[in-house]
Amino acid sequence: MGSWLIWLKIIIILHDLIMAETLNPKEKLLNTANELRWEVGENFHDTLLESIYKNAADITALTVNHDNKGRKYNFDSVVDKVVTSRLLGFPIMFLLLALVFWLTIAGANYPSRFLSFILIDNIHPFLKDLLFFLNSPWWLTGLILDGAYLASAWVVSVMLPPMAIFFPVFTLLEDYGYLPRVAFNMDSLFRKAGAHGKQALTMTMGFGCNAAGVVAARIIDSPRERLIAIITNNFSLCNGRWPTQILIATIFIGGAVSPHLAGFVTAAAVVFVAVLGILFSLIVSWTLSKTALKGEASAFSLELPPYRPPRILQTLYTSLIDRTLIVLWRAVVFALPSGIVIWLVANLTVGGYSIAAYMINWLDPLAFIIGLNGVILLAYIIAIPANEIVIPTILMLTVLVTGNDSAGAGAGVLFEIDSASQTGNLLISSGWTLLTGMNLMLFSLLHNPCSTTIYTIYKETKSLLWTFVSSVLPILIGFVICFLVTLIYRAL
Amino acid sequence: MPDNNNCINCPAYNSGNLVKLGINMTDFDYVVALAGNPNTGKSTVFNNLTGLRQHTGNWPGKTVARAEGAFAYNEKKFKIVDLPGTYSLLSTSTDEEIARDFILFGQPDVTVVVIDATRIERNLNMVLQVLEITDKAVLCLNLVDEAKRHNITIDDRALSRELGIPVVPSAARQRVGMPELLNFIFQVAAGEYICKPRRISSDSKSFNTAVDKLVSEIEKEFPGLPNARWVALRLLEGDQKIIDSIKNGELVNLVKNNYYTS
Repeated sequence: MGSWLIWLKIIIILHDLIMAETLNPKEKLLNTANELRWEVGENFHDTLLESIYKNAADITALTVNHDNKGRKYNFDSVVDKVVTSRLLGFPIMFLLLALVFWLTIAGANYPSRFLSFILIDNIHPFLKDLLFFLNSPWWLTGLILDGAYLASAWVVSVMLPPMAIFFPVFTLLEDYGYLPRVAFNMDSLFRKAGAHGKQALTMTMGFGCNAAGVVAARIIDSPRERLIAIITNNFSLCNGRWPTQILIATIFIGGAVSPHLAGFVTAAAVVFVAVLGILFSLIVSWTLSKTALKGEASAFSLELPPYRPPRILQTLYTSLIDRTLIVLWRAVVFALPSGIVIWLVANLTVGGYSIAAYMINWLDPLAFIIGLNGVILLAYIIAIPANEIVIPTILMLTVLVTGNDSAGAGAGVLFEIDSASQTGNLLISSGWTLLTGMNLMLFSLLHNPCSTTIYTIYKETKSLLWTFVSSVLPILIGFVICFLVTLIYRAL
Repeated sequence: MPDNNNCINCPAYNSGNLVKLGINMTDFDYVVALAGNPNTGKSTVFNNLTGLRQHTGNWPGKTVARAEGAFAYNEKKFKIVDLPGTYSLLSTSTDEEIARDFILFGQPDVTVVVIDATRIERNLNMVLQVLEITDKAVLCLNLVDEAKRHNITIDDRALSRELGIPVVPSAARQRVGMPELLNFIFQVAAGEYICKPRRISSDSKSFNTAVDKLVSEIEKEFPGLPNARWVALRLLEGDQKIIDSIKNGELVNLVKNNYYTS
């Protein structure tokens, strides 16, 4: 094998030499380069790297003086030994994660209520009176106020407070230098799954926003591993899904235990779903690297940067501007048209029933098998542009179907109910059970990415096939998992 | 007013001339590239100069695309490009390619390499590679405060002598060294400071002969090419992108533009 390759190369070189006379200067130059490459041999790259290292070492020896005397221990390496230790690494990771969620859940409640009081309880009726006073037709008022305005107001009041807490806290951890340690801890798991260790970093980015996580996969050199990172990024619970997790966990999981444990159990349930996402990320990576995207994990170097005290004020500022407001803006931009669509499907009637009612009836049998209901599935179809509006859509559709408008709003009107317990009462009276809650949390983790992420995947992979796989694979897994959970739950 | 001349020569005076222009990048006179390893504070330097607040994070992958901003200094407008942090310019990952292509084809007037003073040896690998591609560079020796905390002393003058480019010790987070950095960026861009960059030397004889031979060929073919040695190194490694850029004339056009404008 090797010897005929050498002969082939020699023939090519001879051929090139003969041709060289008639070649243009550019090609001549390339031919010279080819010959020389042949002369230097295969270890050219190594020789070059050795030379670079040697030069760097020589310069360092001349210019740098490191005085190690009098230093008993290095603070950074002591901390690193603890947070990346085999025994404590993972527990510390989960504890920190749980702490961040607990802060978010506990802290977001009051500002959320306040915003909803201003935007929905006061401004909304005021605008409604104003439009009424201006003689606006009922459908225009409905479209603009009950559709577009309420959808946006809901998104702002429910999403702004948790994001304003979650992002800065997360960014502080990030600035302190904790994320590379997470990647370090996760690296061996990803390598065993046949994926790139840096996937731990893109996965973490995905906890903020999957589209951002998909873009971040550019840090991975090998196309195979980059593709795996892109396909599995959707298993990171993104920011648009945290509110769903937190609300449903509060109602159905936290509600099932005694009040003084509720906060802790709720946070634990959300962490459980997030960890489940990591697990799926690993399983799917492993499956892909054994089947469609076969290959070995490639090596890379990961630097554990020194811990740096974060500059708190600047971090707060940048995380509020860069992340919170941008994500919020995106949510509002998507919520506006979706609000209109929701209002339309709920108010346009054919033969006495709204379009939404038809679709819900049609989806109900499938939904029953996987322990959800038609309302949830329809909500996920309408809410493809943004995961953020899933919950308001579900509530609105529930009211429409059950005719239960005790919560204070009419059919097809997006609304917010002040407290989680009231939301819970509405859902439970509409036939929701612990199973529905659990499966909704699972389905929220395991379903297609939002349209922005799908578009980003297409832009990054430039492949319709892989975009399709990334979109359909999670929802298939979601159906299977929900189906299995339903089987077990109903058998018990 | 003779007194003023003294002031003008002082970097502290000149930093008063800094106008942060944010993302207003019209009609710039010079292009500055910011390169370096991850976690060295490139984005912090970028933010200091442009007044922008690009999020900085100390883990790789924060800047995967290039970010651009602008500032004015000494009545000249500078466009500054924050490149992805990379450990080398030799591999083929997307982030390294973005960084390398910009330094090579974007032809910045100055490339500022930001390095971590506590990890000089490893960072110099990248510096040496940059110096193969471009002559006009400034070394921003960042995080000197941390180096001091770790009892590391650096002879920045000797470093400058060894590398043949200006070296500015800095602590970008505290904005230490920024006036001096600006001054050197200006001087190198305006051609007031002529760099004599160090080239990678090797002990291997066959390596050196091959490189020298190819360099002379390249220089014969493309007189005025500023980085013939680097092109030779890439050709000897069989870098397809560089081979293509010779074939399709991209590199030749680059040389021509460079040749006639300078």
